[in-house]
Amino acid sequence: MRAAVIQFPGSNCDRDMAVALANVAGGAKNVSMVWHKDAELPKGLDVIGIPGGFSFGDYLRCGAIAARSPIMDAVVEFANKGGYVFGLCNGFQILTESGLLPGVLMRNAGLKYICKDVELRVETTASPFTSRYTVGEVVTVPVAHHDGNYSADPDTLKRLVGDDRVAFRYTETPNGSMDDIAGILSANKRVLGMMPHPERRADAQLGGTDGVRFFEGIADALVSA
Amino acid sequence: MKARVHVTLKNGVLDPQGAAVAHSLGALGFEGVNDVRQGKVIELDLAETDKAQAEASVKQMCEKLLANTVIENYSVEIL
Repeated sequence: MRAAVIQFPGSNCDRDMAVALANVAGGAKNVSMVWHKDAELPKGLDVIGIPGGFSFGDYLRCGAIAARSPIMDAVVEFANKGGYVFGLCNGFQILTESGLLPGVLMRNAGLKYICKDVELRVETTASPFTSRYTVGEVVTVPVAHHDGNYSADPDTLKRLVGDDRVAFRYTETPNGSMDDIAGILSANKRVLGMMPHPERRADAQLGGTDGVRFFEGIADALVSA
Repeated sequence: MKARVHVTLKNGVLDPQGAAVAHSLGALGFEGVNDVRQGKVIELDLAETDKAQAEASVKQMCEKLLANTVIENYSVEIL
């Protein structure tokens, strides 16, 4: 499995994401760090991760400027061809701004930056990212964001729920997200965005391992494909 | 030529920042503020000298970057 992590100015979860991917990809040699100004992705790529952080200082809107970076044309093309792409936290914001996922992440309802562990309920196993969990299972993963309040128009929301595209819900929403949504999938279930950070729960010595299966699921999908 | 873009939240989109400002105004004793909606003003200095061209190009900028049309409306003023 060959993975890439896109780095933007202000990304700060890129190394954690790369380590979590390397653990399931047979080592760091199979994970490329790709700078946002590059126009092309490495050849033979299987999965792309868009990391958390504060790309471009959250200027204009969170993720808005990163979503228009040169590399994002290639990322969108990769996703449209059926490639696996996931965005965590700021990565989720970038994926909605790029149009790969519907809806928008607005300012938290309480207006405060929230940094704490939250409980997530797994809502579907019909994606590589969630295939190693069980439906209804509750996992603990941290959030760290100021703008994670998921919002979409009623038709979009209905489609997400009806088409089994809600990946995770908060057991108790910390940020006001519609329908307690923490993470969603694209129509082909190969693009995922979520505000919580599974890459920060992927090492027993660093708080827990509830996030490990997120990455193992990706590796499973690629081995069987 | 200068242009000014107003970006505002669409009706029906919850605006927690506007609500907080409204609450704070009430706490300061300003009565009768029914609602507050917060937006952005973006000023652009353009090389373009043709007004219609400038307006068309700023509208494209709004669609591509300056506004998120999922939740925001925009208006363009050529000054």
